[in-house]
Amino acid sequence: MTNFKQAIGVFVVASTVAMGAVADPVDDTLVLNEETTIVTRTAAPAHVADALDEVMSGWLFRGTETRAMQADDFDNPGMIFVEQAEDTWNTAEGTEGKSCADCHGASDEMAGVRPTFPKWNDAAEEVFTLEMQINDCRENRMGAEKWKYTGGDMVNMTALLASVSRGMPVDVAIDGPAQSTWEDGKELYYTRTGQLELSCANCHEDSYGLMIRADHLSQGQINGFPVYRLKNTKLNAVHDRFKGCIRDTRAETYSPGSPEFVALELYVASRGNGLSVEGPAVRN
Amino acid sequence: MRISILTMAVVAVSAAALSAAEIDPKEVNYEDGVVKASLTGVAGDPANGAEVVGNKSLGNCVACHQVSDLADIPFQGEIGPPLDGAADRWSEAELRGIVANAKIMFEDTMMPAFYKVDGFIRPGNAYTGEAADETFGPLLSAQQIEDVVAYLSTLKE
Ligand code: HEC
Ligand code: HEC
Ligand code: HEC
Repeated sequence: MTNFKQAIGVFVVASTVAMGAVADPVDDTLVLNEETTIVTRTAAPAHVADALDEVMSGWLFRGTETRAMQADDFDNPGMIFVEQAEDTWNTAEGTEGKSCADCHGASDEMAGVRPTFPKWNDAAEEVFTLEMQINDCRENRMGAEKWKYTGGDMVNMTALLASVSRGMPVDVAIDGPAQSTWEDGKELYYTRTGQLELSCANCHEDSYGLMIRADHLSQGQINGFPVYRLKNTKLNAVHDRFKGCIRDTRAETYSPGSPEFVALELYVASRGNGLSVEGPAVRN
Repeated sequence: MRISILTMAVVAVSAAALSAAEIDPKEVNYEDGVVKASLTGVAGDPANGAEVVGNKSLGNCVACHQVSDLADIPFQGEIGPPLDGAADRWSEAELRGIVANAKIMFEDTMMPAFYKVDGFIRPGNAYTGEAADETFGPLLSAQQIEDVVAYLSTLKE
């Protein structure tokens, strides 16, 4: 009996130690296809330096196998959707009979676009997410129907546009006309919602690196979006992730594409300024 | 018609009488975060309390706390301190206050208030993402709080 109790004692100590080891972000480097080095941790940009020293990609908080899947395009299931979007990119649609490629050239000529979104659009006089920009082109330049904000065509296209910018630093502007939207987003980030009264910051700023039940909390960065999740085996849009996190505070969520989520996206993106674009990333 | 109205009134009265001993979430008396009186007047059941602490769809306390006594429950979180020895650190009245509404004892804590029904921002209908409706109630019932307190009171080192 004594031995049995001691054995359990040892087991508990051992498993606590193991948990502690799992909980920190790993010390590892992401090199895509053995050629592109991805910045997965860097000094926090000035506007979050009061809260964080370093900003870190969610990649650092995932397990060894999940991390390896993302390092090689042949293993990354998200790349299948990028290929599908490549076909769409070259297909004419709408009353103008034009494809994205007809106006923009090859998809890789869009390198450098993803890192700057969400960004202010002068004509619309509002902050545009990449999805809003794409739908603007579809409706107003192609004469085609809008895509559903988090639907398959849309999320695939955002994956294509992210993939051609992989390795480039996220660089969203938070000043000028975008500033008030950014401030709205910041307010939302720190608001404790729902019956559990939890804010984004409670989990992703105060507690990253810790386990919450079976989940290893990251900083909730969005440089990897859209992400392929092993859990639902599909690409997941940023706003769907926001929705899931807010729902988990037992709150009434906002809708994908809503002004609140656009503002939140700008703010969260800005917290990752300096991290490399990694979409489509792989997460569990 | 008259008869049915009368019957309904009688049913309503007896339901109220049954729960008369139970303290409403809005009527709980906190003194510096401590709640002296039982919320139900019925002694807590520690075995049921252990169930509430460990069960994902009840208290789910292990989402944030490790409890060695419940070592068979996998994936215990580490947001809050381990609950081992909680009864050495806190009296029953303190534990009741912490479980019912930890925000009074620990200002700004991440720990949710388990026996509170108002003051929320965008409260939802459980985990549906929809707005709360008329079924909205505290996270745990008064008796579940008492059961959890009874269980925590057994955690001595
Ligand atoms: C008829 C020409 C045309 C077509 C077809 C077209 N676009 Fe555009 N697109 C433009 C123009 C012009 C702009 C710049 C407009 C602006 O700044 O508001 C633009 C801007 C963009 C931008 C932002 C670029 C940046 O540097 O900020 C993205 C992303 C984009 N388009 C994606 C698409 C996608 C995806 C498709 C196909 C579904 C598409 N576009 C189809 C004309 C087109
Ligand atoms: C109760 C804790 C909790 C709260 C509150 C919360 N999240 Fe999360 N979030 C998680 C968990 C758990 C995950 C999955 C593990 C991880 O990456 O942190 C996650 C993942 C994410 C991710 C994916 C990161 C990646 O690299 O794939 C983003 C983005 C995110 N959250 C944003 C938010 C935002 C924005 C808010 C506020 C609206 C929020 N979260 C609120 C727990 C939370
Ligand atoms: C979202 C995370 C979270 C959940 C869920 C949670 N707690 Fe806590 N709890 C905390 C934190 C954090 C503290 C530390 C208090 C502070 O913030 O200073 C704490 C403190 C406590 C304490 C006092 C710490 C001590 O010395 O023992 C007790 C007792 C406690 N919690 C019990 C519970 C019980 C019982 C439940 C479930 C009904 C629960 N907690 C659910 C986060 C949580």
